[in-house]
Amino acid sequence: MRQIAIYGKGGIGKSTTTQNTVAALAEMGKRVMIVGCDPKADSTRLILNSKAQTSVMDLAREKGTVEDLELDDVLYTGFGGIRCAESGGPEPGVGCAGRGVITAINFLEENGAYTPDLDYVFYDVLGDVVCGGFAMPIRENKAQEIYIVCSGEMMAMYAANNISKGILKYATSGGVRLGGLICNSRNTDKEYELIDELAKRLGTQMIHFLPRDNEVQRAELRRMTVIQYNDKHPQADEYRALAKKIDENKKLVVPTPLTMDELEELLMAFGIIEDEETAAAKLG
Amino acid sequence: MSNAACTAHPILEWMETEEYKEKNFAREALVINPARACQPYGAMLCALGIEGCLPFLHGSQGCAAYFRACLSRHVREPIPMVSDSMTEDAAVFGGQANLIEGLKNAYATYKPSIIGMFSSCMAEVIGDDMKSFIANARSQGAIPEDFPIAYANTPSFVGSHITGFDNMLKGLLQSLADTRNGKWTNGRLYIVPGFDLYSANLREYRRLIASMGIYMTMLPDFTETLDSPHTGEYKMYQPGTSMAELADALNASGFLFMQKYSTAGTQKFVKNVQKITTEAVTMPIGVGNTDAFLMTLKQMTGKSIPAELEAERGRAVDAAIDAHQYIHGKRFALYGDPDLLLGLVGFLLEMGGVPVHIVCSNGNDTFLKEMESLLSSSPFGTEGKVYNGKDLWHLRSLLFTDPVDMLIGDSHGKQLAKDAKIPLARIGYFMTDRVHLHRQPIVGYQGAINLVTMIANMLIDEYDRNCPDERFEMLR
Repeated sequence: MRQIAIYGKGGIGKSTTTQNTVAALAEMGKRVMIVGCDPKADSTRLILNSKAQTSVMDLAREKGTVEDLELDDVLYTGFGGIRCAESGGPEPGVGCAGRGVITAINFLEENGAYTPDLDYVFYDVLGDVVCGGFAMPIRENKAQEIYIVCSGEMMAMYAANNISKGILKYATSGGVRLGGLICNSRNTDKEYELIDELAKRLGTQMIHFLPRDNEVQRAELRRMTVIQYNDKHPQADEYRALAKKIDENKKLVVPTPLTMDELEELLMAFGIIEDEETAAAKLG
Repeated sequence: MSNAACTAHPILEWMETEEYKEKNFAREALVINPARACQPYGAMLCALGIEGCLPFLHGSQGCAAYFRACLSRHVREPIPMVSDSMTEDAAVFGGQANLIEGLKNAYATYKPSIIGMFSSCMAEVIGDDMKSFIANARSQGAIPEDFPIAYANTPSFVGSHITGFDNMLKGLLQSLADTRNGKWTNGRLYIVPGFDLYSANLREYRRLIASMGIYMTMLPDFTETLDSPHTGEYKMYQPGTSMAELADALNASGFLFMQKYSTAGTQKFVKNVQKITTEAVTMPIGVGNTDAFLMTLKQMTGKSIPAELEAERGRAVDAAIDAHQYIHGKRFALYGDPDLLLGLVGFLLEMGGVPVHIVCSNGNDTFLKEMESLLSSSPFGTEGKVYNGKDLWHLRSLLFTDPVDMLIGDSHGKQLAKDAKIPLARIGYFMTDRVHLHRQPIVGYQGAINLVTMIANMLIDEYDRNCPDERFEMLR
C-alpha cells in the first residue's frame, strides 16, 4: 500500500488534481482510498458525484463522541470503486481543525479502513502545514510520499518552498520523501521552465505539467472528474499521464528548500519580479 | 445565616425531589464530580509497573503534579514522575525542544533504565509527534541511541484513566517487546492486573497462581510502588516487571487479563495481531468470579486446583453464609470503573444484596450490555439500573428519589453518603480519607471474606447507631 499526501497553496487545485488523478489510477485498475484532511470537506465530491459527504467530524458533532461512529457512516464508495472519507472539522473561527484531522485518521485506522487490498491511500491536505495536526498524514506509518501542487505564480512557489521546509523536518526523523511538484498551470509567463527550475533547486522533479483547460471546470460543475465526465477529452489523458508517472515514480528525495533570497533571485532571473533598481527606475 | 437555617433551605429540599432529578438528568453541558480520572493517570500507573521505569509526561508540569499527588494521597507513598514542562511558547512552537531537553535532564539526573512517555491534552491538541521527537532526541545525543523508551498518545479529552492504562500497556509492548518467535514460547503465563490500585489484589493474584504451580509474570507489576516497605532510605525505583520479562512478553505461553475494560486495546493487540492464547476474566470479586478465574487458569495451563484453595473457598462460603442475613435484601448504590463494578455486582448478587443504582462515568456500550445481562441473571438484579456516562451528582438525585441502604465507592462519594444519611463502604479508588484499604485484598476467596466482613459489619454498625434502646442488643 502506497500512501501519498498532496500539499500546496490554498486554492491551487489540490482537491481537483487529486480526484482527477485518483480517477485515472482507478481506471488503471488500482484500488484507492482518499482521505480528505481539510475542514472544508471538498476532497471527494467529484468522486462521489455529490455535494459534500458526511465527514467524521460532522457525525462526531451530532453524536457527541467519535466512539459511537461506525465506519460505514463515514466511508463511502464512489467512481471506480474509490473509497472516500473526509475528516471535516469545526466551523471557521472556532475549535481546532488540526485535532480534527488527528481524531479522524485515528478513527479510520482503529476501525479498519486501511484494508490490505488497497494499492493507494491519498491524503488531500489543507493548504499549509499550519500546525501539528496537518502533519498527521506524514507521520511515521502514514504517507511516505508527498506531491506538491503549484503554479508559476509567486505565492504558489513560495508555498511550495515552505512545504518543502516542513517535509525536510519530517524527513530527517521519519521516512517521508518528496515525490515531485505537480504544475497546475495558470498560464503565467515561462511557467514550465520556472517550475522545472524550482523543482531542480528543491532537488526534485516537475513530475507533470497540467495545462489549463476549462473542461476541468465543466466536469466540476457536474460534480465529476474529467475521466468520468468526458473520458475522450485530451485533458483526461493529461491526468492519465500524471497517474502513470506517479505509479512509476522512483525518484523520492529529501528536499533542499531555498532561502527567501534564493527564491527571489530565481523569480528575478525569470523576470517574474524586478530587482529594486529596475523597480525604482520605473517609478522615476 | 446559621447552619440550621441553611439545611432547612427550601432549595436544598427541592434538590431532593423527583422534579430536580429530571432537570439534573437533562443536564448536558456540565459534568459534576465524575467517577473517573483522565488518560495520563492510568498511563503513569502502568509505567510505574516496569522496573527502573521513569514515567515521563510530555506536557505541562501542573498535570504531572496532579497525577502524582492523586496517587500519593491514595497509597501514601512517594510517586516518581517527570514532565517536560510545556508552557505557552511550547504550545505555539511545538513541544519538541521541551521533550528533548526533558529527556536529556531526566536521563542524566534520575538515571532510569527505561522511560515510559505519555502525553497531556496540550501536546495532543497541537499534534506533537512524540515518535519523531524521540528519534530526534537520540540523533542529537540527548539520550543514547539504544536507550529504551516506550510511548503512548494519551489525550485527556478521550476516554478515561483506564484508556490511558491500556494505551501505555500497548505502547510498552509495541515499543519494547521483541518480535514473537513463531511457535516457540517461554512457557510463562503473563498476568495483566489492569487498572487496580489495591496492591493487595496484585499480591493475592500472585499467591493464588503460585499455589497452582504456574510460572507467571505480572505485567505491569506496580505492587511495590503502591506498597513499599519502610527502610529509612528513599528508593526512586521500586521492583516491578523486569525489562527482560517485558522484552520477552510476546513469547508468553498465554496472556490472562484480570480486567476486560481497562485493557481492551492491548487484548486485541495480543490476541488478534500477535495470535497469543488470550483470556480475560471478570475481576475475581466474590466466590463465583474467583471460581471462574481459577477455572480459566486451570484450562489455560492444565494445572489442577490444590486442596488448600478448596479449603479457602470453603471458608469464604462459610463466611458468606454466616453473614448473609445482614446483606440479604439490602439495597445498594455503586459507582466506579467498569471492571470493578462488574465484579462487585456479581458479589452482591451472590450474597442476595440488591444493586439498585450503578453509576459508571467511563463505561461503554459493551459494558452496559454485560452489566444488564449480569443483573438479569439473578432475581436480586431486577431492580438494578445502569447509568453509563453519568456522574456522582446524578447519583445524588437517585439517592433521594429512590433511597438505598448503602453506598459503595471511593472517597469521592462521602458527601453524597452524608447528605443521604447512609454509610459509604469504601471500595474502589481513590481513597484519600481513610488509611490502608489498598493493603487488604478484595479479590479471591480472601477478598470475598474481607468484603463480607466490611459490608455486614458496617450495616450492623448503622443499625446499632440508629436503633431504639429496647432493640440495642449484645447479639446481632
